[in-house]
Amino acid sequence: MPLLEARDVHGGYGSMNILNGVNMTLEADEVGVIVGPNGAGKSTMLKAIFGQLHVNQGEILLLGEPIHNLPPNKLVQRGMGFIPQEKNVFPSLSVQENLEMGAFLKPHNVKRMLAQVYDFFPPLYEKRRQPAGELSGGQRQMVAMGRALMAEPSLLLLDEPTAGLSPLYMNDIFDRVKEINAAGVGILMVEQNAKQALAIADKGFVLAAGQNRFTDTGEALLADPDVAKSFLGG
Amino acid sequence: MNELVFFINNVVVAGSVSGSIYAIGAVGVTLIFSIMRFAHFAHADLMTFGALMALLLSTAFPAAGASIGIPTALIMLPLAMVLTAALAVGIDKVFYKPLRAHGVKPIVMVIGSLGVTLILQGLIRLFAGTSGQSLYVDDRKEIFRLALPFDGVRVPVVITEPQLYLFVITLVAVIALHLFLNRSRLGKAMRAMSDNPELAQASGINTNLIVAVTWVIAGGLAAIAGTLLSLDVTFKPDLSFFLLLPIFAAAIVGGVGHPYGAIAGGFVVGFAESLAVFNWNILLRPFRDSFPAWLELPTDLAFVSTEYKIVVPFFILVAILIWRPTGLFKGKVI
Repeated sequence: MPLLEARDVHGGYGSMNILNGVNMTLEADEVGVIVGPNGAGKSTMLKAIFGQLHVNQGEILLLGEPIHNLPPNKLVQRGMGFIPQEKNVFPSLSVQENLEMGAFLKPHNVKRMLAQVYDFFPPLYEKRRQPAGELSGGQRQMVAMGRALMAEPSLLLLDEPTAGLSPLYMNDIFDRVKEINAAGVGILMVEQNAKQALAIADKGFVLAAGQNRFTDTGEALLADPDVAKSFLGG
Repeated sequence: MNELVFFINNVVVAGSVSGSIYAIGAVGVTLIFSIMRFAHFAHADLMTFGALMALLLSTAFPAAGASIGIPTALIMLPLAMVLTAALAVGIDKVFYKPLRAHGVKPIVMVIGSLGVTLILQGLIRLFAGTSGQSLYVDDRKEIFRLALPFDGVRVPVVITEPQLYLFVITLVAVIALHLFLNRSRLGKAMRAMSDNPELAQASGINTNLIVAVTWVIAGGLAAIAGTLLSLDVTFKPDLSFFLLLPIFAAAIVGGVGHPYGAIAGGFVVGFAESLAVFNWNILLRPFRDSFPAWLELPTDLAFVSTEYKIVVPFFILVAILIWRPTGLFKGKVI
């Protein structure tokens, strides 16, 4: 059974649909990457999966169970984690408090998970008492990823995790994503840096105008001249 | 020295009393704003409701306090807090939650809270009448007169029993709130939701629970302020309504959404009021002999007379909105 399955998802804000039939399948051990031009509905699809957008046609299944239009906190209970692109930390809370919030539903896990997250992101341990609002963009992304990992998710959704980061940080974030995936967490992320992202993707979904344009392995999409011409800048 | 005692009684004690009341009220207002993003104008009537509960309970069991030697109304305070917290949660369920579910603008919530104010005021008058009543039903208010150990001091420092309780309970409430917000899981989640409600939800925080907790805290604090104020003066149905302006001034001076700012703001407004109505002529009296002969000081040298005390928070409010709209501590702009 696939970890995540989206069938013919339609949805949008008010009466205007942005998603016009998106299909996705992601296995539990895979990294899925959504790419496509601006306005293609990439982030919207992520929001639809995470219950922040009304799905008015089609269905979304998590481990075979329908989850579309469930509120986000219920989805967190079911093992989904979401890292928004902007405003991805609580700025006035300390780094450690940010992480603790990630384990809000599993308070007995806090100590063990904190140790794991600090082990995974050593810089966060040094800054654990500092307000997260004072950190740099890359460090904030670490806090955001750490917060999401605190709940021990089985599926992690990332909305443009490398937006606004320097290339150095970008590679670091992609390495981290791969490591998280290797630890058994399914990943679905939206990325602007399509080439680098597809390079680590098991599955790639190229969206345009709210529909799948190409769906294949990351490798195959990178090799496809049509994809390269229209979506990867030649 | 008598003049100094006069200053202590009229400025230090009076300022601390109103400062404590404003601080407790403003903390509630600021917490509600930081979680639900609207100015809760019915807050003062929650205070009056809390005092009414203490009054009704004290009337029902007038002798409860005598056995342990504290005012009956104070023994009833925890129960009054619970009842007021329950009312606050109930009001939210019936009036504010449906509005939130519709995603209305904050101003709609504010108007809604004005409606709640009218309902509460009507209900309170229905059950308590319109006249003033003492919260000391069966017991007597103690008044402490502390003579300062200096020669020639004839006037004592006067402080009442409910004032002492007010100071102690304010201190306890502030420390408890601090520990709750910084140490407890729910308190941290409350700060998280104030920072970023969407991310709080995305972290699995049950935002409905946080809203309820906010009302419980705000309601409980309102009952403390209303009961202790009514103990110090008398219970009147419009007692706290006239505190609405200074309480909002305090919350805004402190920086809206900033609990510690609200506490500081409460004392700033309280002391500003008592300093503004203080007759400074009294402090100058001992130095009268050294003034030049042509200088004739008026007998009343207060900035404003007591009847117009309400202009002080109003002035502070306008001034802070013009010069420092985010407040002393950096808060959100309404």
